[in-house]
Amino acid sequence: MFTLNFKTMAKNLNSDSEQQVLQAWKNPLNRRSFLRYTGAGVAASAILLTGCDDDDDSTVTDNMPGAVNLGSGDVGVLNYAYALEQLEAAFYTAVVALPNFSTLFTSATERQVLTDIRNHEIAHREFFKAAITGAAASQIIPSLTPNLPANALSSRASILNLAKTFEDLGVAAYNGAGKLITNPTYLGIAGKIVSVEARHAAEIRDMIENGTFASGAAGITAGNIVDANGLDVALTPTQVLAAAQPFIRETINGNNLPTN
Amino acid sequence: MNIFHILKEIEKVDENVFDRLDPRRAVFKHFGGFGKKLVAAAVPLAFGSMLNKAYGQSGTTPSVREVLEFALKLENLEYYFYKRAADTNIFPTPAGKTAFGVIRDHEEDHVNFLRTAITGLGGAAPTSYTDANFDWTADGLLGNNTFTDYPTMLAVAQAFEDTGVRAYKGAAPALISNNDVLQAALQIHSVEARHAAHLRRMRRDMPSGVANLKPWITMKDRGGIPPEFQGIYDGEEAVSQASVTITGTFGGVAIDANAASEAFDEPLTVAQVNAIVAPFLA
Repeated sequence: MFTLNFKTMAKNLNSDSEQQVLQAWKNPLNRRSFLRYTGAGVAASAILLTGCDDDDDSTVTDNMPGAVNLGSGDVGVLNYAYALEQLEAAFYTAVVALPNFSTLFTSATERQVLTDIRNHEIAHREFFKAAITGAAASQIIPSLTPNLPANALSSRASILNLAKTFEDLGVAAYNGAGKLITNPTYLGIAGKIVSVEARHAAEIRDMIENGTFASGAAGITAGNIVDANGLDVALTPTQVLAAAQPFIRETINGNNLPTN
Repeated sequence: MNIFHILKEIEKVDENVFDRLDPRRAVFKHFGGFGKKLVAAAVPLAFGSMLNKAYGQSGTTPSVREVLEFALKLENLEYYFYKRAADTNIFPTPAGKTAFGVIRDHEEDHVNFLRTAITGLGGAAPTSYTDANFDWTADGLLGNNTFTDYPTMLAVAQAFEDTGVRAYKGAAPALISNNDVLQAALQIHSVEARHAAHLRRMRRDMPSGVANLKPWITMKDRGGIPPEFQGIYDGEEAVSQASVTITGTFGGVAIDANAASEAFDEPLTVAQVNAIVAPFLA
Protein backbone atom coordinates (compact mmCIF):
# COMPACT_ATOMS: atom_id res chain seq x y z
CA MET A 1 0.00 0.00 0.00
CA PHE A 2 2.72 2.38 1.04
CA THR A 3 5.01 1.34 -1.80
CA LEU A 4 2.20 1.71 -4.26
CA ASN A 5 1.39 5.19 -3.06
CA PHE A 6 4.99 6.16 -3.17
CA LYS A 7 5.35 5.01 -6.75
CA THR A 8 2.25 6.90 -7.81
CA MET A 9 3.59 10.00 -6.13
CA ALA A 10 6.95 9.65 -7.81
CA LYS A 11 5.17 9.42 -11.12
CA ASN A 12 3.09 12.50 -10.42
CA LEU A 13 6.17 14.35 -9.35
CA ASN A 14 7.68 14.49 -12.80
CA SER A 15 4.62 15.56 -14.69
CA ASP A 16 3.65 18.15 -12.08
CA SER A 17 7.14 19.57 -11.90
CA GLU A 18 7.27 19.88 -15.64
CA GLN A 19 3.91 21.54 -15.68
CA GLN A 20 5.00 24.04 -13.06
CA VAL A 21 8.18 24.82 -14.94
CA LEU A 22 6.28 25.33 -18.17
CA GLN A 23 3.77 27.49 -16.38
CA ALA A 24 6.48 29.62 -14.83
CA TRP A 25 8.24 30.13 -18.14
CA LYS A 26 5.10 30.93 -20.06
CA ASN A 27 4.60 34.17 -18.22
CA PRO A 28 7.28 36.78 -19.00
CA LEU A 29 6.98 38.36 -15.57
CA ASN A 30 7.41 35.03 -13.83
CA ARG A 31 10.31 34.23 -16.08
CA ARG A 32 12.04 37.50 -15.33
CA SER A 33 11.70 37.21 -11.57
CA PHE A 34 12.61 33.57 -11.78
CA LEU A 35 15.86 34.49 -13.54
CA ARG A 36 16.55 37.22 -11.05
CA TYR A 37 16.33 35.10 -7.99
CA THR A 38 18.10 32.13 -9.45
CA GLY A 39 20.99 34.21 -10.66
CA ALA A 40 20.02 32.85 -14.10
CA GLY A 41 22.10 29.77 -13.53
CA VAL A 42 20.31 27.43 -11.21
CA ALA A 43 18.59 24.51 -12.83
CA ALA A 44 14.84 24.80 -12.50
CA SER A 45 14.74 21.53 -10.63
CA ALA A 46 16.78 23.00 -7.83
CA ILE A 47 14.18 25.65 -7.18
CA LEU A 48 11.10 23.48 -7.44
CA LEU A 49 10.22 21.67 -4.31
CA THR A 50 10.13 17.95 -4.69
CA GLY A 51 7.24 15.91 -3.47
CA CYS A 52 3.86 14.87 -4.67
CA ASP A 53 1.42 17.41 -5.90
CA ASP A 54 -2.22 16.51 -6.00
CA ASP A 55 -3.29 20.11 -6.14
CA ASP A 56 -4.05 20.50 -9.77
CA ASP A 57 -6.78 23.07 -9.69
CA SER A 58 -5.01 25.89 -11.50
CA THR A 59 -5.45 26.53 -15.19
CA VAL A 60 -2.50 27.01 -17.50
CA THR A 61 -2.99 30.76 -17.64
CA ASP A 62 -3.46 31.13 -13.90
CA ASN A 63 -0.33 32.55 -12.26
CA MET A 64 -1.57 31.90 -8.76
CA PRO A 65 -1.24 28.33 -7.68
CA GLY A 66 -4.13 27.19 -5.52
CA ALA A 67 -4.71 27.62 -1.86
CA VAL A 68 -3.36 24.90 0.40
CA ASN A 69 -5.26 23.92 3.52
CA LEU A 70 -3.04 22.35 6.18
CA GLY A 71 -5.96 20.53 7.77
CA SER A 72 -6.67 19.87 11.44
CA GLY A 73 -5.43 17.85 14.40
CA ASP A 74 -2.01 16.23 14.55
CA VAL A 75 -1.98 15.72 10.77
CA GLY A 76 -2.53 19.45 10.34
CA VAL A 77 0.44 20.18 12.58
CA LEU A 78 2.56 17.69 10.64
CA ASN A 79 1.51 19.38 7.38
CA TYR A 80 2.46 22.72 8.92
CA ALA A 81 5.94 21.40 9.72
CA TYR A 82 6.14 19.77 6.27
CA ALA A 83 5.35 23.13 4.63
CA LEU A 84 8.12 24.90 6.56
CA GLU A 85 10.64 22.14 5.89
CA GLN A 86 9.79 22.28 2.19
CA LEU A 87 10.55 25.99 2.18
CA GLU A 88 13.86 25.56 4.01
CA ALA A 89 14.96 22.61 1.87
CA ALA A 90 14.17 24.48 -1.34
CA PHE A 91 16.07 27.53 -0.19
CA TYR A 92 19.27 25.70 0.76
CA THR A 93 19.05 23.49 -2.33
CA ALA A 94 19.02 26.65 -4.43
CA VAL A 95 21.89 28.16 -2.44
CA VAL A 96 24.16 25.13 -2.75
CA ALA A 97 23.33 24.83 -6.47
CA LEU A 98 24.34 28.42 -7.25
CA PRO A 99 27.02 28.44 -9.97
CA ASN A 100 28.90 31.05 -7.96
CA PHE A 101 28.42 29.25 -4.61
CA SER A 102 32.17 28.96 -4.03
CA THR A 103 32.81 32.59 -4.88
CA LEU A 104 30.03 33.80 -2.60
CA PHE A 105 31.29 31.48 0.15
CA THR A 106 35.06 31.32 -0.14
CA SER A 107 35.47 29.33 3.08
CA ALA A 108 35.23 25.56 2.60
CA THR A 109 33.95 25.31 6.18
CA GLU A 110 31.05 27.64 5.41
CA ARG A 111 30.22 25.74 2.23
CA GLN A 112 30.17 22.54 4.26
CA VAL A 113 27.87 24.14 6.85
CA LEU A 114 25.37 25.20 4.18
CA THR A 115 25.56 21.84 2.43
CA ASP A 116 24.99 20.04 5.74
CA ILE A 117 21.99 22.23 6.50
CA ARG A 118 20.57 21.55 3.03
CA ASN A 119 20.88 17.83 3.72
CA HIS A 120 19.24 18.13 7.15
CA GLU A 121 16.30 20.08 5.75
CA ILE A 122 15.83 17.56 2.95
CA ALA A 123 15.92 14.79 5.58
CA HIS A 124 13.24 16.62 7.59
CA ARG A 125 11.09 17.25 4.52
CA GLU A 126 11.28 13.63 3.40
CA PHE A 127 10.55 12.41 6.92
CA PHE A 128 7.31 14.41 7.07
CA LYS A 129 6.35 13.36 3.56
CA ALA A 130 6.72 9.70 4.48
CA ALA A 131 5.18 10.06 7.95
CA ILE A 132 2.10 11.94 6.75
CA THR A 133 1.69 9.59 3.79
CA GLY A 134 1.83 6.67 6.21
CA ALA A 135 -0.60 8.18 8.70
CA ALA A 136 -3.09 9.96 6.46
CA ALA A 137 -2.15 9.75 2.77
CA SER A 138 -5.27 11.57 1.63
CA GLN A 139 -4.51 14.61 3.80
CA ILE A 140 -0.91 15.39 2.83
CA ILE A 141 -0.39 18.84 1.36
CA PRO A 142 1.14 19.10 -2.12
CA SER A 143 4.58 20.34 -3.04
CA LEU A 144 4.82 24.05 -2.52
CA THR A 145 6.46 26.56 -4.84
CA PRO A 146 8.94 28.90 -3.18
CA ASN A 147 8.81 32.60 -3.90
CA LEU A 148 12.19 33.99 -2.95
CA PRO A 149 12.65 37.76 -3.10
CA ALA A 150 14.70 39.26 -5.90
CA ASN A 151 18.39 39.30 -4.99
CA ALA A 152 17.82 36.84 -2.15
CA LEU A 153 20.62 34.68 -3.52
CA SER A 154 22.85 37.44 -4.82
CA SER A 155 25.34 37.82 -1.98
CA ARG A 156 26.70 36.07 1.08
CA ALA A 157 24.93 38.62 3.28
CA SER A 158 21.53 38.28 1.59
CA ILE A 159 21.70 34.48 1.73
CA LEU A 160 22.69 34.42 5.40
CA ASN A 161 20.04 36.96 6.34
CA LEU A 162 17.30 34.92 4.73
CA ALA A 163 18.75 31.75 6.28
CA LYS A 164 18.63 33.42 9.69
CA THR A 165 14.96 34.31 9.18
CA PHE A 166 14.08 30.78 8.12
CA GLU A 167 16.01 29.11 10.96
CA ASP A 168 14.81 31.37 13.75
CA LEU A 169 11.28 31.09 12.36
CA GLY A 170 11.59 27.31 12.27
CA VAL A 171 12.70 27.19 15.90
CA ALA A 172 9.87 29.51 16.97
CA ALA A 173 7.37 27.47 14.96
CA TYR A 174 8.30 24.15 16.59
CA ASN A 175 8.48 25.78 20.02
CA GLY A 176 4.94 27.08 19.54
CA ALA A 177 3.57 23.92 17.93
CA GLY A 178 4.70 21.39 20.55
CA LYS A 179 1.67 21.99 22.74
CA LEU A 180 -0.66 21.55 19.76
CA ILE A 181 0.46 17.95 19.26
CA THR A 182 -1.46 15.20 21.04
CA ASN A 183 0.56 12.16 19.93
CA PRO A 184 3.68 11.74 22.14
CA THR A 185 5.63 10.14 19.28
CA TYR A 186 5.08 13.16 17.05
CA LEU A 187 5.91 15.48 19.94
CA GLY A 188 9.14 13.55 20.41
CA ILE A 189 10.00 13.92 16.72
CA ALA A 190 9.29 17.65 16.81
CA GLY A 191 11.70 17.86 19.76
CA LYS A 192 14.36 15.96 17.83
CA ILE A 193 14.08 18.37 14.91
CA VAL A 194 13.75 21.68 16.74
CA SER A 195 17.12 21.41 18.47
CA VAL A 196 18.79 20.78 15.12
CA GLU A 197 17.04 23.87 13.73
CA ALA A 198 18.34 25.78 16.76
CA ARG A 199 21.87 24.54 16.04
CA HIS A 200 21.44 25.81 12.47
CA ALA A 201 20.08 29.13 13.70
CA ALA A 202 23.00 29.62 16.09
CA GLU A 203 25.59 28.80 13.44
CA ILE A 204 23.99 31.05 10.79
CA ARG A 205 23.80 33.90 13.31
CA ASP A 206 27.45 33.36 14.22
CA MET A 207 28.38 33.38 10.52
CA ILE A 208 26.71 36.79 10.25
CA GLU A 209 28.28 38.06 13.45
CA ASN A 210 30.22 35.81 15.79
CA GLY A 211 28.70 35.72 19.28
CA THR A 212 25.09 36.35 18.25
CA PHE A 213 24.11 32.66 18.46
CA ALA A 214 21.58 33.35 21.22
CA SER A 215 21.54 37.09 21.61
CA GLY A 216 20.49 40.23 19.79
CA ALA A 217 17.26 41.17 18.08
CA ALA A 218 14.95 38.31 17.18
CA GLY A 219 14.19 39.82 13.77
CA ILE A 220 11.16 37.57 13.29
CA THR A 221 9.30 39.31 16.11
CA ALA A 222 9.74 42.22 18.49
CA GLY A 223 12.30 41.79 21.27
CA ASN A 224 15.39 39.63 21.54
CA ILE A 225 15.89 36.10 20.26
CA VAL A 226 16.31 34.97 23.89
CA ASP A 227 14.18 36.87 26.39
CA ALA A 228 14.82 37.97 29.99
CA ASN A 229 13.73 34.55 31.26
CA GLY A 230 16.31 32.84 29.06
CA LEU A 231 13.56 31.56 26.75
CA ASP A 232 13.76 31.26 22.96
CA VAL A 233 10.95 32.62 20.79
CA ALA A 234 7.73 30.61 20.41
CA LEU A 235 5.18 31.67 17.80
CA THR A 236 1.70 30.44 16.91
CA PRO A 237 1.04 28.95 13.48
CA THR A 238 -0.86 32.12 12.59
CA GLN A 239 2.18 34.25 13.36
CA VAL A 240 4.58 31.89 11.59
CA LEU A 241 2.42 31.53 8.49
CA ALA A 242 2.07 35.30 8.22
CA ALA A 243 5.87 35.56 8.20
CA ALA A 244 6.40 32.62 5.83
CA GLN A 245 3.60 33.36 3.35
CA PRO A 246 5.57 35.94 1.30
CA PHE A 247 8.11 33.19 0.52
CA ILE A 248 5.53 30.68 -0.75
CA ARG A 249 3.46 31.08 -3.94
CA GLU A 250 0.50 29.03 -2.73
CA THR A 251 -1.79 30.58 -0.15
CA ILE A 252 -1.37 28.56 3.02
CA ASN A 253 -4.50 28.19 5.12
CA GLY A 254 -3.86 27.17 8.72
CA ASN A 255 -7.30 28.09 10.01
CA ASN A 256 -8.16 24.52 10.99
CA LEU A 257 -5.00 23.90 12.99
CA PRO A 258 -5.44 23.31 16.72
CA THR A 259 -4.92 26.39 18.87
CA ASN A 260 -4.08 24.76 22.19
CA MET B 1 -17.99 17.72 41.73
CA ASN B 2 -18.16 14.22 40.35
CA ILE B 3 -14.91 12.45 41.24
CA PHE B 4 -15.60 9.47 39.02
CA HIS B 5 -16.38 11.65 36.05
CA ILE B 6 -13.01 13.34 36.54
CA LEU B 7 -11.27 9.97 36.81
CA LYS B 8 -12.90 8.89 33.57
CA GLU B 9 -11.71 12.09 31.91
CA ILE B 10 -8.19 11.42 33.18
CA GLU B 11 -8.44 7.87 31.90
CA LYS B 12 -8.82 9.26 28.39
CA VAL B 13 -5.29 10.67 28.53
CA ASP B 14 -3.87 8.17 31.01
CA GLU B 15 -5.42 4.76 30.73
CA ASN B 16 -3.46 3.66 33.79
CA VAL B 17 -5.11 6.12 36.15
CA PHE B 18 -7.02 3.41 38.01
CA ASP B 19 -3.87 1.30 38.23
CA ARG B 20 -2.03 4.26 39.64
CA LEU B 21 -4.69 4.85 42.23
CA ASP B 22 -5.54 1.25 43.06
CA PRO B 23 -2.29 0.25 44.81
CA ARG B 24 -2.84 3.22 47.03
CA ARG B 25 -6.09 1.91 48.42
CA ALA B 26 -5.11 3.37 51.77
CA VAL B 27 -5.33 6.80 50.21
CA PHE B 28 -8.78 6.01 48.90
CA LYS B 29 -9.90 4.79 52.30
CA HIS B 30 -8.44 7.83 53.96
CA PHE B 31 -10.18 10.01 51.42
CA GLY B 32 -13.50 8.22 51.93
CA GLY B 33 -13.31 8.78 55.65
CA PHE B 34 -12.52 12.42 55.06
CA GLY B 35 -15.44 12.87 52.71
CA LYS B 36 -18.01 12.63 55.45
CA LYS B 37 -16.37 15.23 57.61
CA LEU B 38 -15.15 17.67 55.00
CA VAL B 39 -17.25 20.49 53.70
CA ALA B 40 -17.81 20.26 49.97
CA ALA B 41 -15.39 23.07 49.18
CA ALA B 42 -12.48 21.17 50.68
CA VAL B 43 -13.05 18.05 48.58
CA PRO B 44 -11.25 19.27 45.47
CA LEU B 45 -8.18 20.02 47.56
CA ALA B 46 -8.11 16.56 49.07
CA PHE B 47 -8.67 15.04 45.65
CA GLY B 48 -5.88 17.11 44.15
CA SER B 49 -3.50 15.95 46.81
CA MET B 50 -4.52 12.34 46.20
CA LEU B 51 -3.83 12.71 42.47
CA ASN B 52 -0.53 14.40 43.20
CA LYS B 53 0.44 11.41 45.29
CA ALA B 54 -0.60 8.94 42.61
CA TYR B 55 1.26 10.83 39.91
CA GLY B 56 4.15 11.81 42.14
CA GLN B 57 5.31 8.20 42.34
CA SER B 58 8.41 7.50 40.30
CA GLY B 59 6.82 5.17 37.78
CA THR B 60 7.37 5.26 34.05
CA THR B 61 6.08 8.82 33.69
CA PRO B 62 7.66 11.35 36.05
CA SER B 63 5.43 14.06 37.47
CA VAL B 64 5.65 17.63 36.25
CA ARG B 65 7.29 18.52 39.54
CA GLU B 66 9.88 15.75 39.15
CA VAL B 67 10.68 16.89 35.62
CA LEU B 68 11.11 20.50 36.74
CA GLU B 69 13.32 19.52 39.70
CA PHE B 70 15.42 17.38 37.38
CA ALA B 71 15.80 20.33 35.01
CA LEU B 72 16.59 22.62 37.95
CA LYS B 73 19.47 20.39 39.00
CA LEU B 74 20.95 20.43 35.48
CA GLU B 75 20.52 24.19 35.12
CA ASN B 76 22.26 24.76 38.45
CA LEU B 77 25.12 22.51 37.38
CA GLU B 78 25.47 24.60 34.22
CA TYR B 79 25.05 27.93 35.96
CA TYR B 80 27.69 27.30 38.62
CA PHE B 81 30.04 25.92 35.97
CA TYR B 82 29.72 28.99 33.74
CA LYS B 83 29.86 31.32 36.75
CA ARG B 84 33.35 30.04 37.54
CA ALA B 85 34.39 29.61 33.90
CA ALA B 86 33.37 33.10 32.75
CA ASP B 87 35.42 34.58 35.59
CA THR B 88 38.66 32.92 34.46
CA ASN B 89 41.22 34.64 32.28
CA ILE B 90 42.20 31.68 30.16
CA PHE B 91 40.20 32.74 27.10
CA PRO B 92 42.45 33.27 24.06
CA THR B 93 40.04 35.93 22.72
CA PRO B 94 37.64 38.40 24.35
CA ALA B 95 34.82 36.92 22.23
CA GLY B 96 35.09 33.62 24.10
CA LYS B 97 34.77 35.28 27.48
CA THR B 98 31.81 37.31 26.25
CA ALA B 99 30.08 34.16 24.97
CA PHE B 100 30.56 32.43 28.31
CA GLY B 101 29.03 35.43 30.05
CA VAL B 102 26.00 35.30 27.74
CA ILE B 103 25.53 31.59 28.39
CA ARG B 104 26.03 31.98 32.16
CA ASP B 105 23.29 34.61 32.23
CA HIS B 106 20.90 32.35 30.32
CA GLU B 107 21.52 29.48 32.72
CA GLU B 108 20.89 31.78 35.66
CA ASP B 109 17.64 32.89 33.99
CA HIS B 110 16.67 29.24 33.55
CA VAL B 111 17.35 28.52 37.23
CA ASN B 112 15.17 31.43 38.30
CA PHE B 113 12.46 30.57 35.79
CA LEU B 114 12.30 26.93 36.93
CA ARG B 115 12.22 27.93 40.60
CA THR B 116 9.26 30.19 39.89
CA ALA B 117 7.52 27.44 37.93
CA ILE B 118 8.03 24.89 40.73
CA THR B 119 6.81 27.36 43.31
CA GLY B 120 3.74 27.90 41.14
CA LEU B 121 2.88 24.20 41.34
CA GLY B 122 2.54 24.50 45.12
CA GLY B 123 3.97 22.05 47.59
CA ALA B 124 7.49 22.13 48.99
CA ALA B 125 9.89 24.91 47.97
CA PRO B 126 12.21 24.12 45.04
CA THR B 127 15.60 22.63 45.92
CA SER B 128 18.38 25.19 46.38
CA TYR B 129 21.93 24.58 45.16
CA THR B 130 25.31 26.21 45.72
CA ASP B 131 28.70 25.75 44.08
CA ALA B 132 29.55 23.31 46.89
CA ASN B 133 26.97 20.86 45.53
CA PHE B 134 29.17 20.18 42.52
CA ASP B 135 32.47 18.42 41.95
CA TRP B 136 34.33 20.19 39.17
CA THR B 137 37.00 17.49 39.00
CA ALA B 138 34.29 15.07 37.84
CA ASP B 139 35.20 12.65 40.60
CA GLY B 140 38.88 13.21 39.89
CA LEU B 141 38.66 12.47 36.17
CA LEU B 142 39.46 16.03 35.11
CA GLY B 143 41.84 16.83 37.97
CA ASN B 144 42.16 20.58 38.37
CA ASN B 145 41.94 21.23 34.62
CA THR B 146 38.29 22.24 34.45
CA PHE B 147 38.96 25.94 34.99
CA THR B 148 42.70 26.12 34.20
CA ASP B 149 42.96 24.36 30.83
CA TYR B 150 41.00 26.06 28.04
CA PRO B 151 40.36 22.95 25.88
CA THR B 152 39.14 21.04 28.96
CA MET B 153 36.86 23.91 29.98
CA LEU B 154 35.30 24.04 26.50
CA ALA B 155 34.96 20.25 26.40
CA VAL B 156 33.06 20.26 29.70
CA ALA B 157 30.84 23.06 28.40
CA GLN B 158 30.04 21.13 25.23
CA ALA B 159 29.35 18.02 27.31
CA PHE B 160 26.90 19.91 29.52
CA GLU B 161 25.10 21.59 26.62
CA ASP B 162 24.72 18.50 24.47
CA THR B 163 23.51 16.62 27.56
CA GLY B 164 21.07 19.40 28.40
CA VAL B 165 19.55 19.29 24.94
CA ARG B 166 19.01 15.54 25.19
CA ALA B 167 17.68 15.77 28.75
CA TYR B 168 14.92 18.28 27.92
CA LYS B 169 14.06 16.27 24.84
CA GLY B 170 13.63 13.15 26.95
CA ALA B 171 11.46 14.99 29.46
CA ALA B 172 9.18 16.82 27.01
CA PRO B 173 6.68 14.00 26.39
CA ALA B 174 6.13 13.74 30.18
CA LEU B 175 4.93 17.35 30.06
CA ILE B 176 2.36 16.76 27.30
CA SER B 177 -0.48 17.30 29.77
CA ASN B 178 0.69 20.79 30.77
CA ASN B 179 0.83 23.17 27.78
CA ASP B 180 2.48 26.08 29.58
CA VAL B 181 5.25 24.02 31.13
CA LEU B 182 5.76 22.07 27.90
CA GLN B 183 6.19 25.23 25.84
CA ALA B 184 8.58 26.79 28.36
CA ALA B 185 10.64 23.58 28.41
CA LEU B 186 10.84 23.68 24.62
CA GLN B 187 11.89 27.33 24.74
CA ILE B 188 14.72 26.49 27.16
CA HIS B 189 15.62 23.39 25.14
CA SER B 190 16.28 25.35 21.94
CA VAL B 191 18.41 27.87 23.82
CA GLU B 192 20.55 24.99 25.11
CA ALA B 193 20.88 23.80 21.51
CA ARG B 194 22.04 27.27 20.43
CA HIS B 195 24.65 27.17 23.22
CA ALA B 196 25.76 23.69 22.15
CA ALA B 197 26.25 24.84 18.56
CA HIS B 198 28.33 27.82 19.64
CA LEU B 199 30.48 25.74 22.02
CA ARG B 200 31.22 23.35 19.19
CA ARG B 201 32.14 26.28 16.95
CA MET B 202 34.46 27.61 19.68
CA ARG B 203 36.16 24.21 19.99
CA ARG B 204 36.59 24.05 16.22
CA ASP B 205 38.09 27.54 16.06
CA MET B 206 40.29 27.51 19.20
CA PRO B 207 44.09 27.28 18.86
CA SER B 208 44.87 23.64 17.95
CA GLY B 209 41.12 23.19 17.70
CA VAL B 210 39.11 20.08 16.92
CA ALA B 211 39.30 19.98 13.13
CA ASN B 212 35.97 19.59 11.34
CA LEU B 213 33.92 19.65 14.54
CA LYS B 214 30.41 20.64 13.48
CA PRO B 215 27.67 22.53 15.34
CA TRP B 216 25.59 19.32 15.06
CA ILE B 217 26.27 15.78 16.24
CA THR B 218 27.49 13.36 13.59
CA MET B 219 26.63 9.73 14.40
CA LYS B 220 27.75 9.22 18.03
CA ASP B 221 31.01 11.12 17.69
CA ARG B 222 32.24 12.73 20.93
CA GLY B 223 34.24 15.37 19.09
CA GLY B 224 37.38 14.59 21.06
CA ILE B 225 36.00 14.81 24.59
CA PRO B 226 37.15 12.01 26.96
CA PRO B 227 35.75 8.49 26.34
CA GLU B 228 34.25 8.48 29.85
CA PHE B 229 31.60 10.83 28.41
CA GLN B 230 30.57 8.58 25.52
CA GLY B 231 27.16 8.17 27.15
CA ILE B 232 26.36 11.74 26.09
CA TYR B 233 26.46 10.67 22.44
CA ASP B 234 25.34 7.04 22.44
CA GLY B 235 22.11 6.69 20.51
CA GLU B 236 22.71 9.82 18.40
CA GLU B 237 23.64 7.57 15.47
CA ALA B 238 19.97 6.77 14.73
CA VAL B 239 19.10 6.90 11.02
CA SER B 240 15.47 5.85 11.35
CA GLN B 241 12.70 7.94 12.93
CA ALA B 242 9.23 6.64 13.83
CA SER B 243 9.82 3.70 11.45
CA VAL B 244 10.82 6.02 8.59
CA THR B 245 14.26 5.40 7.09
CA ILE B 246 15.94 8.79 6.77
CA THR B 247 18.79 7.81 4.45
CA GLY B 248 18.23 7.76 0.70
CA THR B 249 18.51 9.88 -2.42
CA PHE B 250 15.92 12.61 -2.85
CA GLY B 251 15.81 14.86 -5.90
CA GLY B 252 19.38 13.84 -6.70
CA VAL B 253 20.73 14.65 -3.22
CA ALA B 254 22.11 11.68 -1.29
CA ILE B 255 21.31 11.71 2.43
CA ASP B 256 23.90 9.41 3.97
CA ALA B 257 24.01 8.05 7.52
CA ASN B 258 26.05 11.03 8.75
CA ALA B 259 23.50 13.56 7.48
CA ALA B 260 20.56 11.43 8.65
CA SER B 261 21.99 11.21 12.17
CA GLU B 262 22.83 14.93 12.29
CA ALA B 263 19.33 15.94 11.20
CA PHE B 264 17.70 14.54 14.36
CA ASP B 265 18.94 14.98 17.93
CA GLU B 266 18.00 12.10 20.21
CA PRO B 267 16.53 12.09 23.72
CA LEU B 268 18.08 10.66 26.89
CA THR B 269 16.11 9.19 29.78
CA VAL B 270 16.29 10.74 33.24
CA ALA B 271 18.33 7.73 34.39
CA GLN B 272 20.82 8.12 31.54
CA VAL B 273 21.27 11.82 32.26
CA ASN B 274 21.70 11.17 35.97
CA ALA B 275 24.43 8.63 35.19
CA ILE B 276 26.21 11.18 32.95
CA VAL B 277 26.17 14.01 35.49
CA ALA B 278 26.76 11.84 38.60
CA PRO B 279 30.57 12.47 38.65
CA PHE B 280 29.88 16.22 38.80
CA LEU B 281 27.70 15.97 41.89
CA ALA B 282 29.58 16.42 45.15
